[in-house]
Amino acid sequence: MSEFSTDEIMTIAASRELTGARSCFVGIGLPSIAANLARSLHAPGLVLVYESGTVGAKPTRLPLSIGDGELARTADVVVSVPEIFNYWLQPGRIEVGMLGAAQVDRFANLNTTVIGSYDHPKVRLPGAGGAPEIASACPRSIIVMRQSKRTFVDELDYVTTIGFGNGAGARSRLGMPGAGPRVLISDLGIFRPDPLTFEMTLTALHPGTSVDEVRDATGWTLAVSDDLVETPEPTDEELVFLRRLHGASSAAAKD
Amino acid sequence: MAEFLSLQSAIATHVHDGDVVALEGFTHLIPFAAGHEIIRQRRRDLTLVRLTPDLVCDQLIGAGCARKLVFSWGGNPGVGSLHRFRDAVEHEWPRPLELDEHTHAGLANRFVAGASNLPFAVVRAYAGTDAVAHSSTVATITCPFTGEILAAVAALRPDVTIIHAQQADRAGNVRLWGITGVQKESVLAASRSIVTVEEIVDAFHDDRNAVVLPSWTVTAIAHVPGGCYPSYAAGYSERDNDYYEAWDDLSRDRAVFEDWLEHQVYEQGAVR
Repeated sequence: MSEFSTDEIMTIAASRELTGARSCFVGIGLPSIAANLARSLHAPGLVLVYESGTVGAKPTRLPLSIGDGELARTADVVVSVPEIFNYWLQPGRIEVGMLGAAQVDRFANLNTTVIGSYDHPKVRLPGAGGAPEIASACPRSIIVMRQSKRTFVDELDYVTTIGFGNGAGARSRLGMPGAGPRVLISDLGIFRPDPLTFEMTLTALHPGTSVDEVRDATGWTLAVSDDLVETPEPTDEELVFLRRLHGASSAAAKD
Repeated sequence: MAEFLSLQSAIATHVHDGDVVALEGFTHLIPFAAGHEIIRQRRRDLTLVRLTPDLVCDQLIGAGCARKLVFSWGGNPGVGSLHRFRDAVEHEWPRPLELDEHTHAGLANRFVAGASNLPFAVVRAYAGTDAVAHSSTVATITCPFTGEILAAVAALRPDVTIIHAQQADRAGNVRLWGITGVQKESVLAASRSIVTVEEIVDAFHDDRNAVVLPSWTVTAIAHVPGGCYPSYAAGYSERDNDYYEAWDDLSRDRAVFEDWLEHQVYEQGAVR
């Protein structure tokens, strides 16, 4: 078995979650890498949808932005921004949403807006983009982000995107049609919502990590599943495809 | 009917201090040359509107042209932060920047409402988020038919919308294709519009699917080949990803940015 990095196991674990999926709404960065890897390996035929309006994009290299020319050239259809959100995302036509964030809380709510106060932020982040609609409308969503006490926090500095709100029943009270985050994948492990409380619960450890290590990197009192498992190590094939995607991407940047 | 003007005249005539100015183009067809001309003409107190205020808004904000930004995602796509935008929000440099932020769907639908001459549009995903408390252009409403609780977002009607397109014909009809973002809605929502184009053609020849803005919906057209660089115009140019990556360093430091502004914008002649 090859050596692999914590980012690689995180991306590979996220791509495995797309096994059998029909369509995925993709943000740029880690989600885009995982979705493109899934299309190569775990979900052939996966329809990639980007918020630039490219439906069914088939990039051969990782795009730098959600509007790269290759996404439009290889798409089944390119639609306007109002159309992608109103006709395609909002009715729940896109099965899975893939999201990243700067902060997540125990109910998988996300912050991509500010660190610190809104009016005088310590760090101003990009903001909402498509994330609130993706998390609201997709039948299910997957969150991928690196984990530390600064990112897995007890209380978000700003609630940009709703996961499970304040817990059981919140999504239906807030009128969110989709079922919400099915899984949160970090570079340390995998978390799934508790079926009753909807709190994100550690269900798998990546190879080489311990529960204590995850607990130390979590800003709330960590819930651990009774059926905790270890994430299967990356296969050689997964690593080869992932590294090929990265290689193609950095080569493309030098064009 | 659209009037053919130089970019310099188009900006001088149609963009005024204090205006609400939308610059649209979703990653593709971003009107950079027009943004630089606004900087050169030292417009002030603008309210800039743009779903993805990337480099072009970073430059306008750093140059001190903007009082307010209406937006939905303010980053350098695939690269990281917009440092001039962050400096304005975090340190009020070169001046304070008021924000009105939405989701992509919310802001896109504000343009749809503006183009439709309706007072607001209806979207779902704001419930439970902090966006409602921080924007005066979002409100909660109850559906009169189903009782469902929804978000209303106020119509947006810019004083002027600026876009870049691939082609205009000699009659002043405008045609753009590829990723077409929210350009049609933002032009139809605005009081005035300026379109810079790659090429002026005698007639539109092929019948591939495209957005066409008839001449009578456009105020001014300026022929500016390459006017969307470092973004791209499908069929004419490729996105310069290296430039986006280089901007990260170049824009991080105020002095380096001001030097860039001096040499790459102020000292450059206006486009014709």
